[in-house]
Amino acid sequence: MRGAGVQPQKLRRTVSVPPGRALLYACAAFVVVWSIGPFLWQMSTSLQLDRELVSGRPRLIPDPITFEHFINIFTGKSFHRYLINSVVTASSTTFLCLLFGSVAAYALARLDLRGRFGFLGFILAVSMFPQIAIVAPLYVLASDLGWLDTYRVLILVYLALGLPLVIWVLFGYFRSIPLTIDEAARIDGAKPLRIFFQIILPMSLPAVVTTGLLCFIAAWNEFMFALAFTSDINHQTVPVGIANFTGLHYVPWGDIAAASVVVTLPLVLLVLAFERHIISGLTGGAIKE
Amino acid sequence: MVVAITEVQGRPLLLGTKKVWIRNLQPGPLLLLAPALAAIGAVSVYPVLLGLWLSLRDTTLASPTDAFIGLGNYRQLLADGQFWNAWTHTLEFTAASTLLETALGLMIALVLSESFRGRGIVRAAMLVPWAIPTVVTSKMFGWLFDGQNGVVNYLLRTVGLIQHNVDWYGSTSSALWTIVVADVWKTTPFMALLLLAGLQTIPLSLTEASTIDGANPWQQFWHVRLPLLAPTLLIAAMFRALDAFRIFDLVYVLTGGGPADSTEVLSTFTYKNLFSALQFGYGSALSTLMFITEIVIAVVFGVVLRRKMREVGQ
Repeated sequence: MRGAGVQPQKLRRTVSVPPGRALLYACAAFVVVWSIGPFLWQMSTSLQLDRELVSGRPRLIPDPITFEHFINIFTGKSFHRYLINSVVTASSTTFLCLLFGSVAAYALARLDLRGRFGFLGFILAVSMFPQIAIVAPLYVLASDLGWLDTYRVLILVYLALGLPLVIWVLFGYFRSIPLTIDEAARIDGAKPLRIFFQIILPMSLPAVVTTGLLCFIAAWNEFMFALAFTSDINHQTVPVGIANFTGLHYVPWGDIAAASVVVTLPLVLLVLAFERHIISGLTGGAIKE
Repeated sequence: MVVAITEVQGRPLLLGTKKVWIRNLQPGPLLLLAPALAAIGAVSVYPVLLGLWLSLRDTTLASPTDAFIGLGNYRQLLADGQFWNAWTHTLEFTAASTLLETALGLMIALVLSESFRGRGIVRAAMLVPWAIPTVVTSKMFGWLFDGQNGVVNYLLRTVGLIQHNVDWYGSTSSALWTIVVADVWKTTPFMALLLLAGLQTIPLSLTEASTIDGANPWQQFWHVRLPLLAPTLLIAAMFRALDAFRIFDLVYVLTGGGPADSTEVLSTFTYKNLFSALQFGYGSALSTLMFITEIVIAVVFGVVLRRKMREVGQ
């Protein structure tokens, strides 16, 4: 009898799902395959011999498995140079973005500041500037300063492009921490910068780590400025390197796939590890709570 | 005690003593804001103004000519067939990708708003396209849609949808659509996550009430959830449209604007004018025009959004 009492309710919930449970799972499965399928294919391609790739019978499971493409990109194409350049620019960008962005967000969120929403609106508006509109003037400036083919020009540009996101996300997070904490610390004689670095920042570590990751990914993936401002392998970043992977007579799909896997796999793993935080960080700014 | 007096509802009051204390003992809030504002100003605001100035001049990087010509570049632009070609492609791409991504994103968000086992896995998988560098996406779709050995051709041939291999991004009729597909792949999941966050802010009591009133799921979606989601939907679509309008990486790497300029968009056209032809004056006029168009898109969405918000409010 008890079982029967519970059952109808369960049944009704199931029925209330529009096209039924099976369709729901089918859709979910489709989304997963659609999302990771192309990258899985790229991974499989990176492990196959060139003659298998052009055989006309594509297969997902490599047989035989080969690492020649991975060896190729490092020995033949000095892929490690691009990797080093990308690591240097992306991590410097992330560090500076977090440093300047978190301090700015703290000032906006928790200190006496007239016109804070004016500043926030300005920062948001600037983040919507099309990048193509600033690439030419910046090129002129960089060339005047002798900054072409340097890390610093890329770092400075990525810093400015990354700051709006960092400031907005951290602003929201800092606002959610009760102001009484600052007050208590202030009574004990702590100055705002100390309150920030010793109390607020450690409390916000999850948000800071997530925004840092978003910054890193944005800098790691940026293409147009890197293409315009760098022309030698000592400063070109990974996206430029991969874009330039073209053979004289044929497209080296296997090598391209190997390079893709090398630059993407770490990102994918990081993103999967921080999935929950990233989603709330990315969507928190766009949806008013 | 003093602190308690300077507080009203948790907000510090601007009292004289406090101001003095701030100025004397700490870097003021503006000073903390300064590095960020300086970086943004130097890299975004100043260049935009400089670009505006460049767009009024006849200047190239290759030759020393440099003269003020007023709106000459803009006049030349409006008479440039290649510009209108790129303009058309950009609008087609923006409309197609925004519509497809919003519609598909909404469907995925609705699926994910139901609770089922493995929902976390689906959400995690959806972040993969977002995290992949766009250049890698370009190359990846270049391989998937390859005219000779691409797996898409193979699959479509196997199920009998096509007889012979199609040169997807090598022929003028399908190249732009291949780019739309690649963009939809990369961006839809993110769109879905945004819309999902919006769906989750709709109070459960509302949907439950409509269920009790006998609304079927379709009515519930159409009359309860969609109107409440409309602002989020519009904001997400606006950001998407602004982003799609300036598409560069995908096109530049996959087709370079070809074949026969059939995928040339404003960003790639501008970039070529700037860095291949070194026409900095003309290229700046182009990018300024793009900037103005972006503002127009944002304003149009803003007006629609305001009207929608009022409707919901009433």
